Amino acid sequence: MPSHDVLIIGAGLAGQRAALAAADAGASVAILSKVHPVRSHSVAAAGGINAALKPEDTWESHAYDTVKGSDFLGDQDAIEIMCREAPDELLHLEHIGVTFHRNDAGELGTRAFGGASAARTYYVADITGQAILHVLYEQITKYHETVNSYEEWFTTSLIQDDEGTCVGCIARDIRTGEMELFNAKAVILASGGNGQTFKPTTNALICTGDGIAQAYAIGAPLMDMEMVQYHPTTLAENGFLITEGARGEGAHLLNSDGERFMEKYAPNKMELASRDVVSRAEQTEINEGRGVGADGQGILLDITVVPRKRTLEALREIVNIGKDFAGTDITREPIVIRPGQHYIMGGVKTDVHGQVPAVHGLYAAGEVACVSVHGGNRLGANSLLDTLIFGRRAGQHAAQRAKSMPMPTTPTSRLRQDLEHIDAIIARERTGRRISEIKDELGTMMNRNVAVYRDADGLATAHETVRRLKEEATTAYIDDRGTVFNQDVLGAIELGYMLDTAEATVMAAIERKESRGAQFRTDFPERNDDEWLKHIDISRNGDEEPHVTHSPVTMTHWELEERKY
Amino acid sequence: MAEFTLKLRRYDPESGEAAYWEHHTVDLEPHLSVLEGILQARARFDGSIGIRCSCRAAICGSCGVRINGQPALACHTHLDQAMKGSRDGTIEVEPMGNMPVLKDLIVDMDAVHWSKIRRVTPWLINKQPVPEREYIVPHEAMVDVTQSMACIQCGACVSDCLSMEVDPLFIGPAALAKAYRFVGDPRDAEHSERLNDLAQDPHGIYDCTHCFKCIEACPKGVAPMSQIMRLRRISSRDHGIVDRNNGERHEIAFTNLVRDHGLLWEAELLPRSYGGDSWLAKFGPAAGRELLSSLPVIGKALLRGKVTPMGALKAHKLPDEDLQQVKRIYETVEGRDEAERYELNLYISGYDEDMEGAEGPAPDAATAGAQGGDGGMAGAESGQPGQSPERSPSR
Repeated sequence: MPSHDVLIIGAGLAGQRAALAAADAGASVAILSKVHPVRSHSVAAAGGINAALKPEDTWESHAYDTVKGSDFLGDQDAIEIMCREAPDELLHLEHIGVTFHRNDAGELGTRAFGGASAARTYYVADITGQAILHVLYEQITKYHETVNSYEEWFTTSLIQDDEGTCVGCIARDIRTGEMELFNAKAVILASGGNGQTFKPTTNALICTGDGIAQAYAIGAPLMDMEMVQYHPTTLAENGFLITEGARGEGAHLLNSDGERFMEKYAPNKMELASRDVVSRAEQTEINEGRGVGADGQGILLDITVVPRKRTLEALREIVNIGKDFAGTDITREPIVIRPGQHYIMGGVKTDVHGQVPAVHGLYAAGEVACVSVHGGNRLGANSLLDTLIFGRRAGQHAAQRAKSMPMPTTPTSRLRQDLEHIDAIIARERTGRRISEIKDELGTMMNRNVAVYRDADGLATAHETVRRLKEEATTAYIDDRGTVFNQDVLGAIELGYMLDTAEATVMAAIERKESRGAQFRTDFPERNDDEWLKHIDISRNGDEEPHVTHSPVTMTHWELEERKY
Repeated sequence: MAEFTLKLRRYDPESGEAAYWEHHTVDLEPHLSVLEGILQARARFDGSIGIRCSCRAAICGSCGVRINGQPALACHTHLDQAMKGSRDGTIEVEPMGNMPVLKDLIVDMDAVHWSKIRRVTPWLINKQPVPEREYIVPHEAMVDVTQSMACIQCGACVSDCLSMEVDPLFIGPAALAKAYRFVGDPRDAEHSERLNDLAQDPHGIYDCTHCFKCIEACPKGVAPMSQIMRLRRISSRDHGIVDRNNGERHEIAFTNLVRDHGLLWEAELLPRSYGGDSWLAKFGPAAGRELLSSLPVIGKALLRGKVTPMGALKAHKLPDEDLQQVKRIYETVEGRDEAERYELNLYISGYDEDMEGAEGPAPDAATAGAQGGDGGMAGAESGQPGQSPERSPSR
């Protein structure tokens, strides 16, 4: 039975950063992931990472931009920590080997990004996430004596002792089908978001909200779940991400009249307004009949205005994506894009150390968590920063906590429950629906009703549908009866995770009767600070029926103001 | 919509049965990927089909397979393009080569690919002192190693490596490309140690036979073989490493023979590789021993007419004009200042704004030339079955 001071679930940027930080602080560490670490979805982050590193830039400016970007729903104490610590974290990444872009003087160079008042986005071509993820994995390899990497292990549940403290997890070795109980003094969730609850999405197939649902199941509240980011530029063809770096490099958005319509919506920042603003502008153009493409559901992204040499060097990946997946040479003609689900601002509610206040011994960092630094809308290139800063802080804090604790032990009989659950899924008769059908219906329905524009009727439909699908999922059947790489049975468990998190999203969106950040209610089109400057928390506390409560937003230096770009 | 028949290689390690083929017909838009086809088959017909996949956009590197015999990412090969490379009207999908199969299309990457990556000390060893702020390094150096950083560790090159087929201990294309990422990185302190390690290892940089398979296989334009050739050049030229595998001497003998005679003089290659760069080399003890131990091979080569006794005495004869041209190539390349050794790669396209409108070669073609057949996606496409290497038509 493996026992470690700190157990990390998920091996993307937040998880790997937490593992390295905990090991540096002297802890014995296990990092466990359902995919090989370099397959984690952090690999898809393209554009860059924000830090106020230049002498003329300040953390205050970065923080203000982030607060404003969040539509004042972000907690300002957490935002301050993130922005203050960003430059050191960036330099740390540079020192361990990330091949950041240099200017002619050989210093770190920047590009412009949305919602920012200065160019403070550091990058590696348009593979920034990949470059950082692979370099962190180089370090995990280097730390092989203190960090045990459990690759392709699927977590089925978190375990608690009699006092409710989280003391480990149960996981299945995907390769053999064997179940194992992991004891730990602290558990850090770093398993990403739940983008797969939407279809289409820019998110990978593995983004099924596992950690969010696992924490929720043992009593951790979920916060800001209604805040779902639609990225302004996803490929109309199939929903793939076209990095914001394209607009950072100067690309234009055009409607069917060839008009740079952002003039109407954000005359100062134009295409580089924050993502919720740009996505809404695009959707308005489309809804009013000025969309492009066969179904009129697209917008043109014109990258031809960027010098070709620059595009080939700095936007290589999207040159490839355009060519391979849309048959378009983006250096020669505009490409058809549309807003698409990309990120969730919400997640497991934590403090600034990554601790989940409701469950001792449990931490969360990255997209799985909600600190909340992104509030109603995340700025581009702040997500990599969030994963690294709060991943590191969680790793350090968890390692400290572990120092003064004995190793907890849980009887292995606890394994039986999860084993039986898996056996029961495998044994289901072929009378219900297929897992894939339910997943499809969920994604399509969420994208229709819980998207850029929302209203009470659509959300009520969504709520009803999710509840029905939850019911249907309990009898949905699978085909694979084996133990080696039974991905089918894992898919059934993931579907359960997705439905739980989708329900929280829908309930929070119904609750918030105003428009703020990514939540735009056509029936409540204004921001209403008097009633709704607060977080919405969804929790289960062991019940089937979720509870909805509110918690205050932490305000420090920055006053409320009207949000204009 | 169109119908495509997928012919999938299935293997269930728990059944005790051998691997077998299974057909599934899917209905999808032709420009969608083979992965989408497999996912449809899995969703509609059989949830037990095993394949690793995640991002669907050729970034995560999970879905390396062989399609119609060629290594590729399933998510990066369109159904219609795959059909063009079909051998029997179906799209044949099987697991990657050179790695043990665990189930269906899933191979054991850890046993082969990742253990080779771990072999090359795959982390930066910092040049001291570590600066308070960032290391100041040339823009070009970072862009240069970014080509190796673009590797998504999918294993396609490992799957198709001919050297590894013969010598499973060969460190291989992916791991050596990773090694270049440190040797080319000015922030690394141990270039010399790394190169010495990789040159002296009999399964190291000189174990590559220069077959270009990895360049064709790579879906990201990393061009692993080019990185291996750069490791060799930096090892021999910049660090003067003479390896015990005779790789460096072999290269010198090879290039000098071609320079002097315009074509390779096969019979002289072995003695000069071992005995030194002169006609008298064959009388040296090292060359003698090697000649003696190579007698069976020489005998076979004679029998099959690969070499003739006359060829051993006389070099190939090239018209004088051609020979002069070869010499001019050498003069141009060798006359170039080492410091100005400008290398085109995935991110340095060699494209100049001045070329806009001029009838120059397309930038991808220019890169492709410099990379020996690859330049980003153009090369990736040629690595995929049935795809034409020219640029996709614009809409």
